[in-house]
Amino acid sequence: MEKSINITLKVWRQRGPKALGKFETYQLNNVSTDSSFLEMMDQLNEQLIADRKEPVVFDHDCREGICGMCSLYINGHPHGPDEDITTCQLHMRKFKDGDVITIEPWRSHGFPVIRDLMVDRSAFDKIIQAGGYVSVNTGGAPDANATPIAKPIADLAMDAASCIGCGACVAACKNGSAMLFVSAKVSQLALLPQGKVEAMARAKAMVAKMDELGFGNCTNTGACEAECPKNVSISNIARLNREFLSAKFKD
Amino acid sequence: MGVFFLNSSIGRKFVMSITGAALVLFLTFHSIMNIFVIISPEIYDSICHFLGANWYALIGTIGLALLVVIHIGFALMLTIQNRRARGKDAYQVTARPNGVDWASQNMFVLGVIILGFLCMHLYQFWSKMQLVELIGKINGEEIHVAGSVVVQHLFQSPVYCVLYIIWITALWFHLTHGIWSSMQTLGMSNNVWLPRIKCISEIYATIICLLFVAIPIYYLIVNLIS
Repeated sequence: MEKSINITLKVWRQRGPKALGKFETYQLNNVSTDSSFLEMMDQLNEQLIADRKEPVVFDHDCREGICGMCSLYINGHPHGPDEDITTCQLHMRKFKDGDVITIEPWRSHGFPVIRDLMVDRSAFDKIIQAGGYVSVNTGGAPDANATPIAKPIADLAMDAASCIGCGACVAACKNGSAMLFVSAKVSQLALLPQGKVEAMARAKAMVAKMDELGFGNCTNTGACEAECPKNVSISNIARLNREFLSAKFKD
Repeated sequence: MGVFFLNSSIGRKFVMSITGAALVLFLTFHSIMNIFVIISPEIYDSICHFLGANWYALIGTIGLALLVVIHIGFALMLTIQNRRARGKDAYQVTARPNGVDWASQNMFVLGVIILGFLCMHLYQFWSKMQLVELIGKINGEEIHVAGSVVVQHLFQSPVYCVLYIIWITALWFHLTHGIWSSMQTLGMSNNVWLPRIKCISEIYATIICLLFVAIPIYYLIVNLIS
């Protein structure tokens, strides 16, 4: 049933990385409960443009929950109050008429604000570049059955690979730690025979890069797992700890 | 290899987990020995004598002090680094997500509370038991403090009983997160074992804390009746 609601938005506005930010309050009427959260943001921006004001800058791309581009810290939750979805999959039917919705950017030392609600997540790319790959010799395509992988292992690797790199784990963590992301990226390769060859060097290189970029130390609160839109498990963090410690002790 | 304890996040967490686990082991022995003050004061006093001014007890005490200092030192370092990693602007609205324990987000505060009470505890017991015997030994005297008398004397005051109950409660919160967290940091969990070690650590923490808290509660009740 389509219904429309009137809401109040408290949005973080910040001109640039060095500028001081502050909250602006906007009243938005006639928001369809069938619209997605990002469509509501579009509606807000159209209203701002009509009022000759600067539209709110926010990240978005595929709008179907697979690209990892959208962010937003909504009412104290990364990707909003609903579970296991990204902001673009959040619908306005989750909110009530007259609600005050506070929208903040990811706040972390590793993710500096570019403008308003958009943050620089290139730190994740740098961590991937440090070791999130496998080296394969070129040549003829190997036979499909040449490297058998047990189903449970393949499933675990697939679960780890479901990480879309949105950064909600860092945003949710009181320590600003990127361990869930790094552990998922290490696990998806370390579990498979193709990734075992470089497993030790990978764990060391990616953790070193993560520390260098100013992410915090994991204290196992589990907030990352609770807020992860893809439900990536913290047992991946245990696997990364295992990989890293055994690599260091072998040195 | 050695420096990774200091300059990598997992290394620092490794030190926290190893020292924490060793302290849990100490608490286990401590709580089991304590309970004898209720069951049999004679056995308790002979344990006190056994752990008095002897070289092995001294080495143990020094090792323990070292563990505590390292655990607190690393906790301070990690907390400062983690605050910095959080960035300069704090969230205006925060919510604790489902499945996140309150204790896990307040380990430092709990640690400070535990440390505060620990100072009181050392002054009330350690300085009147092992320290007195040590000073006596240095002066060439053989002193044997009857530990059970010291305990009974202190817990005549209901205020101290309540303070100790508060202390043990803080310790319980700290341990429920600390025990499984140390195993997670050592990489000992997976999808199957993660809920299991969480459950085991809650049970373990509860047993230790029940053993500890039994003593002030016992004296509180005994003093109320008499």
